[in-house]
Amino acid sequence: MNASTTRLDVRKTYKLYIGGEFPRSESGRSYVVNDAKGRLMANAALASRKDARDAVVAARKAFPGWSGRTAYNRAQVVYRVAEVLEGRRDQFQAELIAAEGVTAAKARIYVDAAIDRLVWYAGWADKIGQVTGNANPVAGPFFNLSSPEPTGVVAVVAPKGPLLGLVSVVAPAIVTGNTVVVVASEQHPLTAITLGEVMATSDLPGGVVNVLTGSQAEIAPWLASHMDVNALDLTGVTDPDLARSLEEAAADNLKRVRRPAAAPVDWLADPGIDRMTWLLETKTVWHPVGV
Amino acid sequence: MVSTGSTTGKSAVFDYAPAPESRSIVDIKPSYGLFIDGDFVDGHGKSFKTISPATEEVLAEVSEADDADVDLAVKAARRAYTRVWSRMPGKERAKYLYRIARIIQERGRELAVLESLDNGKPIKESRDVDIPMVAAHFFYYAGWADKLEYSGFGAGNPRPLGVAGQVIPWNFPLLMLAWKIAPALAAGNTVVLKPAETTPLTALLFAEICQQADLPRGVVNIVTGAGDTGRTIVSHADVDKVAFTGSTEVGKAIARAVAGTDKKVTLELGGKAANIVFDDAPVDQAVEGIVTGIFFNQGHVCCAGSRLLVQESVADEVLERLKRRMGTLRVGDPLDKNTDIGAINSAEQLAKIRELSDIGEQEGAGRWSPACDLPKNGFWFPPTVFTGVSQAHRIAREEIFGPVLSVLTFRTPAEAVEKANNTPYGLSAGVWTEKGSRILWMADQLRAGVVWANTFNKFDPSSPFGGYKESGYGREGGRHGLEGYLR
Amino acid sequence: MTTTSASTASAGVFDDITSSESSLRRFLHGLPGVDQVGAEGRAASLGTRSIKTTAKAYALDLAIRMVDLTTLEGQDTPGKVRALASKAMRPDPADPTCPATAAVCVYPDMVGTAKEVLGDSGVHVAAVATAFPSGRAALDIKLADTRDAVEAGADEIDMVIDRGAFLSGRYLQVFDEIVAVREACARPDGQSAHLKVIFETGELQTYDNVRRASWLAMMAGAHFIKTSTGKVQPAATLPVTLVMLEAVRDFREQTGQMVGVKPAGGIRAAKDAIKYLVMVNEVAGPDWLDPDWFRFGASTLLNDLLMQRTKMTTGRYSGPDYFTLD
Repeated sequence: MNASTTRLDVRKTYKLYIGGEFPRSESGRSYVVNDAKGRLMANAALASRKDARDAVVAARKAFPGWSGRTAYNRAQVVYRVAEVLEGRRDQFQAELIAAEGVTAAKARIYVDAAIDRLVWYAGWADKIGQVTGNANPVAGPFFNLSSPEPTGVVAVVAPKGPLLGLVSVVAPAIVTGNTVVVVASEQHPLTAITLGEVMATSDLPGGVVNVLTGSQAEIAPWLASHMDVNALDLTGVTDPDLARSLEEAAADNLKRVRRPAAAPVDWLADPGIDRMTWLLETKTVWHPVGV
Repeated sequence: MVSTGSTTGKSAVFDYAPAPESRSIVDIKPSYGLFIDGDFVDGHGKSFKTISPATEEVLAEVSEADDADVDLAVKAARRAYTRVWSRMPGKERAKYLYRIARIIQERGRELAVLESLDNGKPIKESRDVDIPMVAAHFFYYAGWADKLEYSGFGAGNPRPLGVAGQVIPWNFPLLMLAWKIAPALAAGNTVVLKPAETTPLTALLFAEICQQADLPRGVVNIVTGAGDTGRTIVSHADVDKVAFTGSTEVGKAIARAVAGTDKKVTLELGGKAANIVFDDAPVDQAVEGIVTGIFFNQGHVCCAGSRLLVQESVADEVLERLKRRMGTLRVGDPLDKNTDIGAINSAEQLAKIRELSDIGEQEGAGRWSPACDLPKNGFWFPPTVFTGVSQAHRIAREEIFGPVLSVLTFRTPAEAVEKANNTPYGLSAGVWTEKGSRILWMADQLRAGVVWANTFNKFDPSSPFGGYKESGYGREGGRHGLEGYLR
Repeated sequence: MTTTSASTASAGVFDDITSSESSLRRFLHGLPGVDQVGAEGRAASLGTRSIKTTAKAYALDLAIRMVDLTTLEGQDTPGKVRALASKAMRPDPADPTCPATAAVCVYPDMVGTAKEVLGDSGVHVAAVATAFPSGRAALDIKLADTRDAVEAGADEIDMVIDRGAFLSGRYLQVFDEIVAVREACARPDGQSAHLKVIFETGELQTYDNVRRASWLAMMAGAHFIKTSTGKVQPAATLPVTLVMLEAVRDFREQTGQMVGVKPAGGIRAAKDAIKYLVMVNEVAGPDWLDPDWFRFGASTLLNDLLMQRTKMTTGRYSGPDYFTLD
């Protein structure tokens, strides 16, 4: 190899994804992310509580617009995320191989499954209301309809699966109209930021998904106790003591809490609808029927 | 206001004579034990008195279940769950529930009188609303017991959770029991239920009904007591499900207590509902809706329309009509069939209502109640309106849980929505307008679990009820009500 | 009946409103809507009041005093009308404390017969006029019908509105007709028969229409607004009467003038009559608890009131054999 012809890689700076922007942590901190073989991949932003706060503000700001869109429109946007991801399969495959040390074939399976999962959830946007809503036959002259509405701002502690796991917890939240602040896997944060780039270029309004990288144990308590967060997904929390204390903090404003799964989750399996339904509130409307 | 017995002006000639419901229909024992494993047993703990809030007369002595009693009840429920109830075919469970529903209808008068005595609510409400709805609730869920695989829950193979620990409030004692027990049993769970310490009697009569229905031992256990008993149930290691209706404060404590466990929880908590009246509302019905919204059950209703948001252009007219209507409300003996507003449930609750009302006055809101004589004994508070209230007033933010209405005004639909949603609660809301598209827009915008449009405080066993935000989580009633009792 | 009521109701106050079809329509359609379910719910809840002992005794006597004892049949004869008039004066011959009814209500050709019997007993003669019950005749015929009845001695005229005109939105025509009939109620002595305006609410169908008709009639100078002819089902109902009581209440609020209300047809039981009185008491207010301001158009109701009255005094249930059938 001739030194004069060796091209130096242009490295990517991994920042946070908040409100549709890619800011550095306001704290100016970062941490080293190594690949599966222990070599430096990048310095990821080490998000602070103030970054978490900013992310919640962005998610709240995005909520009325996103939840107010038609379900059809949300379906198209989520489908668009799948389309853009499809175009970057190779990039994600390479990232997964590097980060997790998995084989190329396995990485491909995860990437494809993540795309397919987005497509699957996209289709739910305008069907989940029909499956979970009800016309109620009350014993009186009243129209009575129950329909689901998004819970609001959801804080998610993402599981380890850097792509499929992340997509599997974020997609059901947003397709139902919620907005999300996700704490990426501490170990594998880079794919989450790359996915942020996909979302930023997929018609998804800024603030609908916000990605924080850094220490779960540092950031999650601030999200768990934040009074403007409506739900807390602890799927990625592996320490039972942390899970309990986060759940306790969530009680301050009665967040809906999804506890960590008892057994490891097989992200390739059929997810069912409960990752959507737990983030839906049932609203029941009454009106008299008369002339 | 017409205070039973008082006479003024021309109305004197048609002053309704007292029409008391006979209390001899109900046989109250001097003391009650706990209902555990199919029998009434003596508790290990102390006992406490339950009184009639209308007269302060002691009705009975009731056991206060201690940790050991709760443990026995949970063990009985576990045994019944494992050996009998979870194995019983749904269609058989259904028949038990139908049987209970029928006995409730048969003993409806007795239950209504007992409820009014112990709770202080007017007999016309216990007779026409509470008890019929209790029976209806059991009928509704009875039918689900053998159809659970069609409920949409449990991915086609729904299973019960196990033992449900249930803690209910004093505002609708037997109705809240029905909301808890009917879906739990239909889904195949067994229960340990604690009624509120001020209103245990109908739950104890319900225990007798379970005996009459030959319900297998241990499927329903009723343990009486106060907060400590409730805490013991909630934190008992062998309880799989916690269902609570009551204050947001206690709801939060329960959410903390179950953190880190596998317990499934549903919470139905407080509210500060906006009742929004537009200038094109059907005004006479809106006034009725305002009255029903805040004075039904002495305002001891979590979904009460305690904040009246009235469009500024019609505020004076609506208020005038409201005051005139309030003047016809009859406050007095809960057992009088003509009583509209009964007694406040307890001295504690009365003190709280008084305190918040005094604060309302100190904060500068205008206080008004129709003139009336309140009985000497017992706990009473006149129907009260506060005008000139702003969102910053405590009476506009805190749940008073009494017959006290705060009146605020708005100018545009957007402002109405903004004010209505400007609360940590999200249980219910009311909208009054004749414009169809506006009703649907408002219903969309309001962050509340129940929206009543051109009506208020309507309930039905088939209709899900429950809140957003700090009003709790989970739904009771309807198909949705099964979700909290299935996996 | 006193004559302090709506003698000049329409003068001045409503001139702008009734000056044109479009302004009248705007006004009537600008009245607050009535939610059917809410109104029926309120009526039903008032119906659960329990009226006992002294209140019941008072209510029964008041109800008797409010009855317009009615016969409106093709087969009516002088004999029948005389018997009815006698009964109106002494509903319970066995009990002199039993009050007389407010009036007898007959077709115009029977006014003279009724008047002969009733004389100055204080029991009024009411006549249904204006091509009762359908109201389908030319205006001059309706007016002649009215004048005939007044001339024959009718104290009160129960007219029907032109429902066809009302339902097709010709409110001004209905208004003008009421004004004209009211004028035809005038007697040479300067007094005037009192005018009750029948809406036939069973044909108007909606409570919104009942509220509009109520205001229309009150603005035109009606002394009473009345639900029905008794010839169309449904006739009087509690919720229809509720809407009308709200209208008279609001009208007084606005003008200071009281208008009476008369549910007619279908009220057969004392128990039902008492429900109406409760509603009057709590919706319009106790001022309306007077035969001058509230009436029942009924026939069989009277005997049930008498039976209940007897039960109150004797403490045992009575039977139909003990009351006269006239």
